[in-house]
Amino acid sequence: MGMTMAEKIIAAAAGETCVRAGEIHTVELDLLMSNDGTTHLTIDMYHKLAHPRIADVSKLVWVVDHNMPSDSPKTAASHKKMRDFAREHGITFYEGQGVCHQLMMERHVRPGQLIFGADSHTCAYGALGAFGTGVGCTDYLYAMVTGHSWVMVPESLRFCLHGRLRPGVTARDLILTIIGRIGANGANYKAMEFTGEGLATLTMSDRIAICNLCVEAGAKTALMPADQVALDYLAAHGRTPKAVYTSDPDAVYAATYDIDLGEIVPVVAKPHFVDQVVPAADCVGTPIDEAFLGSCNNGRIEDLRAAAAILEGRHVAERVRFLVVPASADVHLQAMEEGLIEIFLRAGAIVMNANCSVCWGSCQGVIGAGETLISTGTRNFKGRAGHKDSFVYLGSAETVTASAIAGEITTADRLPPREV
Amino acid sequence: MGKIFKFHNDVDTDQIIASQYLLYPTVEEMKEHAFESLEPDFAARVRPGDYIVAGENFGCGSSREQAPAVLKALGVRAVVARSFARIFFRNAINIGLPLIVCRELYDHVDGGEELELDLTEGVATVGGQSYSCTKINPYMQNILNQGGLLASLDREEA
Repeated sequence: MGMTMAEKIIAAAAGETCVRAGEIHTVELDLLMSNDGTTHLTIDMYHKLAHPRIADVSKLVWVVDHNMPSDSPKTAASHKKMRDFAREHGITFYEGQGVCHQLMMERHVRPGQLIFGADSHTCAYGALGAFGTGVGCTDYLYAMVTGHSWVMVPESLRFCLHGRLRPGVTARDLILTIIGRIGANGANYKAMEFTGEGLATLTMSDRIAICNLCVEAGAKTALMPADQVALDYLAAHGRTPKAVYTSDPDAVYAATYDIDLGEIVPVVAKPHFVDQVVPAADCVGTPIDEAFLGSCNNGRIEDLRAAAAILEGRHVAERVRFLVVPASADVHLQAMEEGLIEIFLRAGAIVMNANCSVCWGSCQGVIGAGETLISTGTRNFKGRAGHKDSFVYLGSAETVTASAIAGEITTADRLPPREV
Repeated sequence: MGKIFKFHNDVDTDQIIASQYLLYPTVEEMKEHAFESLEPDFAARVRPGDYIVAGENFGCGSSREQAPAVLKALGVRAVVARSFARIFFRNAINIGLPLIVCRELYDHVDGGEELELDLTEGVATVGGQSYSCTKINPYMQNILNQGGLLASLDREEA
């Protein structure tokens, strides 16, 4: 009986030749990412240990991205604690350089690695064939001190992708559709593996968007085999694989889903759950107060290009704030070089520094009572973007941009022609 | 015996403790904001030894450990739900907050009742009626018994 990708990565990290879903193993971690959402608490717990130490500082990556730049003296104090600790111990540290997962993809993740991140969207790393999973700060600290941890080997769900997405339909529409289909706990404790000939039609940006959002179905991790598209991305960023795994033909899956990419349509997730997914057409006309393009899910150069192409020669609706937040400083620079930032600014958008922004709902751009946001962010939970009595719709970069122009939810193909 | 506070399906960690409080210096400063969006007076009403009873997928969403931490800091003795999201489950066990899966109890309580929970036997009793719960995996029970993951760490090093 063969193994899945998830089983193979855990087997290697556990020093075993074969592991099976349901078993618990002690594993060695390759990388440990943590951000300002919880690191201040990790540091406090570290100082209370009887024998505080760091097993291998070269595996640690710390990122200040959630409340960046700081919004209050309390936040500033938590950031300072993190900054000082990182400097004292020689931990790789980024501040203001981008959203943690984007930075990890650009600079650190390698196929075949097993990575803990103190952030639920760590499952994004599966786009490069790495097993990334979200943990809390106690798990993080334990791994930081010992270099290892325990994992239960997950069952896998297999999503076989066929065909290709139609023009105007995005990877974001695909993953939201899948989450809508299997539900907010449809993959709880499981790995979501994506395969099939349709995968080859998806860019790295598409793949990151898909894997990143799998935790919204409860997944422990998401995995895609590192094919030529992934290896080209890796080489372009100056890295090589640790190991390239594919699932065995006789690997055992909890379920297999066949997805025809050509049948996917633009969708939105309605308030207040990511699995409340409906065709975007059903929400056309819903008034919005704010639109957000950014986050680890949809703040890459491809998303900014798509948005700028729709926005050029048009203008953001009156009374709508359109926040454009690149996922990293590198993305921001590239957008500048390509002239995209000028298009955004001339159209009346607000361009901000690379950070989690309103997707995290506690820093810039939060919305007030009764307001409605359409967002490329990761979540639309009640109060996620600010006031508990506000409303968040999730959509693709294209749908969000079109909605910012119209002042109400719409899709790009419904926009009136540009004025000549 | 402790009082039941009942919550629905898919309670996400943003509801348990909202993002805007997570960078507060300590859990003590955060805890008064627990469940602010769903039950604004929860922190004022909950007493040490009380219980949370919830539906499916309790604790979904963000990996913020502050979510189980504020519940523990408020004295919640255990959360009894039909199912839990995995990161929340792991975080709670790691900090020594017991989580019990009980498929039946949710449909038979409204909140406000007194619950007696036998963690060793895995039995929840309300109003004389007993409901059997799923026992925690022995590996995780061991972490819980030691008082959480870091307690086991200090013991390993001793």
